[in-house]
Amino acid sequence: MTAEFSKFINIGERTNVTGSAVFKRLILNGDYETALDVARQQVENGAQIIDINMDEAMLDSVAAMRTFLNLIASEPDICRVPIMIDSSKWEVIEEGLKCVQGKAIVNSISLKEGEEAFVHHARLIKRYGAAAVVMAFDETGQADTQARKVEICQRSYRILTEQVGFAPEDIIFDPNIFAVATGIEEHNNYAVDFIEATRIIRQTCPHCHVSGGLSNISFSFRGNNPVREAMHSVFLYHAIRAGLDMAIVNAGQLEVYDEIPAALREAVEDVILNRRDDATERLLEIAPNYQGDGKAAAAEDLSWRELPVNKRLEHALVKGITDYIVDDTEEARLAAEKPLHVIEGPLMDGMNVVGDLFGEGKMFLPQVVKSARVMKKAVAHLQPFIEAEKSGDARSNGKILLATVKGDVHDIGKNIVGVVLQCNNFEVVDMGVMVPCAAILQKAREEQVDMIGLSGLITPSLDEMVHVAKEMEREGFDLPLLIGGATTSKAHTAVKIEQNYHAPVAYVPNASRAVGVCQKLLNPQSRAEFAQVLSKEYDTVREQHARKQPRSRPVSLQEARDNGFVAKSKYVPTVPAQPGVTPVSASISVLRDYIDWTPFFLTWSLAGKFPRILDDEVVGQQARELYADANAMLDKLVAEGGLEAKGVIGLFPANRSGDDIEIYDSEAREQIIGVAHHLRQQTLKEKFANYCLADFIADKRSGVPDYVGAFAVTAGIGEDELAEAYNKAGDDYNAIMVKAVADRLAEAFAEYLHQQVRKVYWGYAPDESLDNDALIREKYQGIRPAPGYAACPEHTEKQLIWDLLSVEQHTGMSLTESYAMWPGASVSGWYFAHPESRYFAVAKIQPDQVEDYAKRKGWELDEAEKWLAPNLSD
Amino acid sequence: MSLDLLHQLNQAALQRILVLDGAMGTMIQRHKLDEAAYRGEQFANWHCDVKGNNDLLAITQPKIIYDIHCAYLEAGADIIETNTFNATTISMADYDMQAHSRDINLAAARLARKAADEFTRRTPEKPRYVAGVLGPTNRTASISPDVNDPGKRNVTFDQLVEAYVESCEALIEGGSDLILVETIFDTLNAKAAVFAVDVVFEKLGKHLPVMISGTITDASGRTLSGQTAEAFYYSLRHIAPFSFGLNCALGPDLLRQYVDEVSNVAETLVSAHPNAGLPNEFGEYDLEADEMAAHVKEWAQSGLVNIVGGCCGSTPEHIKAIADAVAGIAPRSVPHFEPKMRLSGLEPFVH
Repeated sequence: MTAEFSKFINIGERTNVTGSAVFKRLILNGDYETALDVARQQVENGAQIIDINMDEAMLDSVAAMRTFLNLIASEPDICRVPIMIDSSKWEVIEEGLKCVQGKAIVNSISLKEGEEAFVHHARLIKRYGAAAVVMAFDETGQADTQARKVEICQRSYRILTEQVGFAPEDIIFDPNIFAVATGIEEHNNYAVDFIEATRIIRQTCPHCHVSGGLSNISFSFRGNNPVREAMHSVFLYHAIRAGLDMAIVNAGQLEVYDEIPAALREAVEDVILNRRDDATERLLEIAPNYQGDGKAAAAEDLSWRELPVNKRLEHALVKGITDYIVDDTEEARLAAEKPLHVIEGPLMDGMNVVGDLFGEGKMFLPQVVKSARVMKKAVAHLQPFIEAEKSGDARSNGKILLATVKGDVHDIGKNIVGVVLQCNNFEVVDMGVMVPCAAILQKAREEQVDMIGLSGLITPSLDEMVHVAKEMEREGFDLPLLIGGATTSKAHTAVKIEQNYHAPVAYVPNASRAVGVCQKLLNPQSRAEFAQVLSKEYDTVREQHARKQPRSRPVSLQEARDNGFVAKSKYVPTVPAQPGVTPVSASISVLRDYIDWTPFFLTWSLAGKFPRILDDEVVGQQARELYADANAMLDKLVAEGGLEAKGVIGLFPANRSGDDIEIYDSEAREQIIGVAHHLRQQTLKEKFANYCLADFIADKRSGVPDYVGAFAVTAGIGEDELAEAYNKAGDDYNAIMVKAVADRLAEAFAEYLHQQVRKVYWGYAPDESLDNDALIREKYQGIRPAPGYAACPEHTEKQLIWDLLSVEQHTGMSLTESYAMWPGASVSGWYFAHPESRYFAVAKIQPDQVEDYAKRKGWELDEAEKWLAPNLSD
Repeated sequence: MSLDLLHQLNQAALQRILVLDGAMGTMIQRHKLDEAAYRGEQFANWHCDVKGNNDLLAITQPKIIYDIHCAYLEAGADIIETNTFNATTISMADYDMQAHSRDINLAAARLARKAADEFTRRTPEKPRYVAGVLGPTNRTASISPDVNDPGKRNVTFDQLVEAYVESCEALIEGGSDLILVETIFDTLNAKAAVFAVDVVFEKLGKHLPVMISGTITDASGRTLSGQTAEAFYYSLRHIAPFSFGLNCALGPDLLRQYVDEVSNVAETLVSAHPNAGLPNEFGEYDLEADEMAAHVKEWAQSGLVNIVGGCCGSTPEHIKAIADAVAGIAPRSVPHFEPKMRLSGLEPFVH
């Protein structure tokens, strides 16, 4: 998303009696209670300003405006946003201005009745303290051409800024959006006139804004919402680039530009940009194809419905279409001897096609998960019939227990593996997250599973996996053990796990490998062969590992400290603008603009950098679909809620003491409220320093007052419930999607909040202006390293953040015994403002530092070794 | 105010932290006035009780009010506030004295003028100023008095404008140098006040500096009508205030963060006059002068403020301690921001 788009303001349009029949009926009936709900929904749906219009002949508009605004004033969840007072009658506007305590926008005034009235109204608006929409309308009428629009707006601007003393930044021009594709030739260039006029107005009238009523543009396609929505997004796409920075829109009804079917988009673009004489005819011609529920395919795509039922089932499975699956399954059931045969016959045939395509790299993970959704629906339909016949259960390939180990809450990858396995006719027993070893082993016995799969994301989970392997050995298990998850690796599996358990231990790098591995392990013959292959592989890995020379030699802790980071330039720490602890929240609609999409695609095993991945030759189509589904999920979350983002930050006086950071209660710097312990790089660095995060904070002996910040955010409040609801509905795809999206939102929240901290809360970079891409590339001053990751790899330090910020109390986020954060979609970390602060990896440390660290933490040595295990030299 | 004096005031604000006076009510209480004293000769036969109508004392006990002004000027105040917190027609209706609103405002402004002039004569190098006070009134334009009828209002914007116009004219006529709209807990009331002030300025053909001071009612960090400090600022910055700040409700310790918030956004001088702590179980404010001054000094050192003073519970001792504490500390420098549309609901919205 570009900077222009993220700065674009949506003004809610539903509280307008001229635009919404529903709202009009409510107001005419005096049902203000329900009318307030309309306003509330808009704010919840992301309207940043709400437009209120009571211009209706049957209504006492002045009284209606007063009543409604007075009622809104008692609704904090509505009146938190600014109001746009919309009327063509001055007395209604003035009444509105007398009812709002905030700074509102008047919509609108113009030169329609001459300069005198215009100046008079503008003066009053200034006196009431409001901004104003100024229509491109003068004594001779409404501007329709580019030249007239520009001329009137420039004239209005001069009068307002020079004669009235109106602040230019409080002027919002509305250069009139008129309907195109009306069949009248003179109308064909209306959109272009608006877009080009906007460009000139923004250039020639400094600080002003441009807005418009979007729905006019598509007036001639009333009744065909898909085409209207396509016209709206195409128009916005171009107008925003030209400088349109606000518009009155129905935020819930905007098609994603990239999601418009290509043929429709081209036809619409021809109309909007007036690119060819027959543009209107061509759009009219294809418009009926898109009528109906819009996103459904155009008519010709339904030809597959003519195929025999088995082929239809296959098509539905391969394409992931659920619309007809119940009918088709029923048809197949009626034709089959037994309902079970439908599963074993056409459905499994279809899934085999999916499996083959997936194996050949012609289908991608998100599609497979969608196929699974179709399969589940079909099976769910057949289940009662199968039960009725009691014909015994369907034979599965095998039974696999999956669990995220104790102390860890991350399960997106595990869930994907589960779905993929189910697609391939494995029976999956999913125990969920934070599953203790004993429970896993007990369940494995009860269910007589064929193998166990363990998953985990944070580093302490590695130890837990080792523990499970040892316990399996001790209790005499013989089942294959699968290891997966972001921090696991072939090396770790080889060096730490495999040697502890005699049966096959397979490291599964990603979900697409899971099926192959499981199939090999289930067949007794191939299992033996595969086990041999594995153990050879691991031997090699272990040898390589043992032989591996450290890339640079270790140095003593003292040497490392002597080569600590020293700032190149003089730096005076900025006093935080808002010291202490501040709870924060953010709406999903804001956060989505800050999402870094690249890792999202990786979650689904689609590799490539966003946005290039969307045009990738191999995975582009899939990436686009996945991206559209993620955005649909985001739209839904914005519209319906269910997912909440909460966080808390704290900015504290702090000074460095050795490799620790002392955090103080106040500027007096006498009372220490916490000590953050950091680790120092301990390999020989010739050109660089041996970094330690503490180096970025002024030493307490220097007398320089410095500060450190901390944060904890989650976008996962409600994610488990949403995922569970999807699971219950047999929709694994969206169950995984909602968590994958929540994960990205949490990261986006951290990014967004870091920006707010830099610009506002701490305020050391108040003038920073970066777009999302620059944010993702970390082009800003300061860092936000997270405990458990490279620069501060020791997880227990999160507890300090939790204590300093009262994280649990403010956000409901908690820490597990392995210091994983719950909900899973959470991020926490430290803020360092030093201009030369940077991310680095502590990597391997030496026994002298482990001992020193243990002392500083007040730990026994073995406790320290346990928590620092991933960083210990072997 | 003559252009010369205005220039001196602006110059002084650039060079040092200006000092406002302290509480009027606390000082009046010390005199333990009875009903008869409140009535004085002028209102001996008034048809209802007037005890507690402090603003009336400008007419019935002018000496007491004058002496309080002098005590604050003696303590080092640069700006003193007229004793007109409740002098609008709307508030005076409590004593059925709406018809006397103009006279009270006029008399109060003259008393303050006289005291300020006396001290300007004594210390010409430090001219003293009178801020004509427009209080919040006892009614709210954006909050319903009836929980069962959220759309109801007990005062309209137009009624407020009318009352404020009357008070403002009298305050200016009586010699005020500045207008201070203070203890704002409902922003819509204040919008009516600045609307009225603007009307009066236009009518008189002269503009006085306008000081705005709001009240954050509790730890929510919001005004009674629900706005954050920043949103509140955006609602009123169109009057181009001489200063913008906060007073009352909280002691300096709790008020600090909100002064800080204002200080971050206000493109004008920042004022703060906190209470002398919070009322104890006897309803008394017991934050000592030196403690209060220590807090205010820290604000000054942190560059948060340009104008400081005291609200409820503060006395000339407090003001003296504050004046001494901030002497020699550089005032906050006024920031300039990129022009942006700064709207607000309960929360700020910048575009």
